Amino acid sequence: MHLEAIQLNKHFPTRNGSPIVALKDINLHVEGGEFVCAVGASGSGKSTLLRLIAGLDRPTSGEVRVDGVRVTGPGADRGMVFQNYSLYPWMTVMENVAFGLKLRGMAAQQQQQAAAYYLEVVGLTKFAKSLPKELSGGMKQRVAIARALASQPKILLMDEPFGALDVQTKEIMQQFLLEVWRRTQTSIFMITHDVEEAVFLAQRIYVLTAHPGTVQREILIDLPSERDYHIKRQPRFQDHKEEIMDLLRGREAVVLA
Amino acid sequence: MTSIEPLPIPNKGGDRTYQMLPPTVFWRIAEGIPRRLVLILVALSIFVPLLLWWMVSTSGVVQPAYLLPTPGQVLGSLQRLWTEGILPADIAYSLFRVLSGFLLAAIVSIPVGLLMGSFASIQALLEPIIGIVRYMPAPAFIPLLILYFGLGELPKILLIFIGTLFFNTLMIMDAVKFVPKELIETTYTLGGRRPQILTQVIFPHILPSIIDACRVNMAASWNLVIVAELVAANEGLGKRISLAQRFLRTDEIFAGLIVIGLIGLAIDLLFRLLLKLSCRWAR
Ligand SMILES: Nc1ncnc2c1ncn2[C@@H]1O[C@H](COP(=O)(O)OP(=O)(O)OP(=O)(O)O)[C@@H](O)[C@H]1O
Ligand SMILES: [Mg+2]
Repeated sequence: MHLEAIQLNKHFPTRNGSPIVALKDINLHVEGGEFVCAVGASGSGKSTLLRLIAGLDRPTSGEVRVDGVRVTGPGADRGMVFQNYSLYPWMTVMENVAFGLKLRGMAAQQQQQAAAYYLEVVGLTKFAKSLPKELSGGMKQRVAIARALASQPKILLMDEPFGALDVQTKEIMQQFLLEVWRRTQTSIFMITHDVEEAVFLAQRIYVLTAHPGTVQREILIDLPSERDYHIKRQPRFQDHKEEIMDLLRGREAVVLA
Repeated sequence: MTSIEPLPIPNKGGDRTYQMLPPTVFWRIAEGIPRRLVLILVALSIFVPLLLWWMVSTSGVVQPAYLLPTPGQVLGSLQRLWTEGILPADIAYSLFRVLSGFLLAAIVSIPVGLLMGSFASIQALLEPIIGIVRYMPAPAFIPLLILYFGLGELPKILLIFIGTLFFNTLMIMDAVKFVPKELIETTYTLGGRRPQILTQVIFPHILPSIIDACRVNMAASWNLVIVAELVAANEGLGKRISLAQRFLRTDEIFAGLIVIGLIGLAIDLLFRLLLKLSCRWAR
């Protein structure tokens, strides 16, 4: 798997004429099995970037390529997890997870098997028959992740997936996501405004600026890939965090002045 | 950076009296009430009008007396019409007309509404014409329908069709707008094609709204069948009422009205039950 964004630009027209430049000359790439994060302040075009990669919006100029093929629309090779879970409320947890396979026309028997496997991966086997409204936020997000994984995408795209969760749940979910990533060896591209989350999860981080959204810096995270929350106390973790915070702050100070 | 002046500290509220919201059972906004209270209020809402009717009709205030029959008289004629087989036949005719007209309207309006709500193109194509036609009162089509199709069942069924089609379509179209965009986009990223989105995401999502729209517009169907039968029919509940008027049989008019109301209510409850059974997830 090789995903790349080449000279991506996205403008949104406004009523007064001069368009909003949400993204300006974005270049980035994600390789097979990699966990990459993009961090940036609110309004730095993170969601816009992810939507372009998913093919849900078209760039003003530039292109996204997956394994050399230009992205012209959404497809099952790029799974998506939104912040607000977006589960199908009339389906059980099991049906939600199996839905991508059903859309593809897989036989019911195989759907069940695959869905059961991914429910086991996310630890929700016991809730297979529950409706989404009966689950907590963290559990809903795990269903959404299982659903995306069940379609076996080349890459998993995540838009602040834990943004709506409380601190404790968030920490558990981060640990859980690393676990899932290790087990499934899926490539993950995740965007977040939470610097600590990005450093904890990612192997590589793109730091974005706002207005216009550009890639300010690419940072290799020099931490072992086996991580748990203890790592957050290590000096190297703190250094990475501070470095990124300073980058984001530096920009902020300029705006305020 | 400029420093910010601190706000004056408000006196800590010691000299102000704060009002708490007084407790209530009857006036709780957007909350339930105890089951017993529900039963009492429901009983009141039915028996108070009945009682008033009984008191006024037996008091002799209304003259001549045949203008306002007593509940007893109405019950009597209900019984008579039923045993003579007139009422069952009337009910069957009216029901048949309502159900066929409404079913036709549902068969057309559900897919059309779904398409209009999903595709801005289809909406732009159809909304202007529907917007105009729906403001033409359906009863105004009766003369035309009679001219075109005579006095048989077809014009009555078509009247109900015309009278409910457009509202049902527009209500279903509006329901589609409430399907979260992210749910549709998620489906795209799971590999969903557009037809699959329509049938497997949008349709199940708006099913409760479809049932509800049908419930509301069913009431309109009942109004229309009575109007159609008042104008031209040999049988049916509307016909019964207009015949009764000719012979000054107000008791039969009342009987007819009560039957129409009860059937309407029964259909309404049926739709509610259907909603409850088929859309557990929505509640
Ligand atoms: N559909 C749209 N129409 C017009 N402007 C938009 C649209 N979507 C995004 N924008 C603009 O593009 C810029 C980037 O928005 P985006 O939602 O991508 O930011 P973000 O980094 O995801 O922010 P947040 O952290 O708040 O989610 C913002 O200035 C926003 O106003
Ligand atoms: Mg966003």
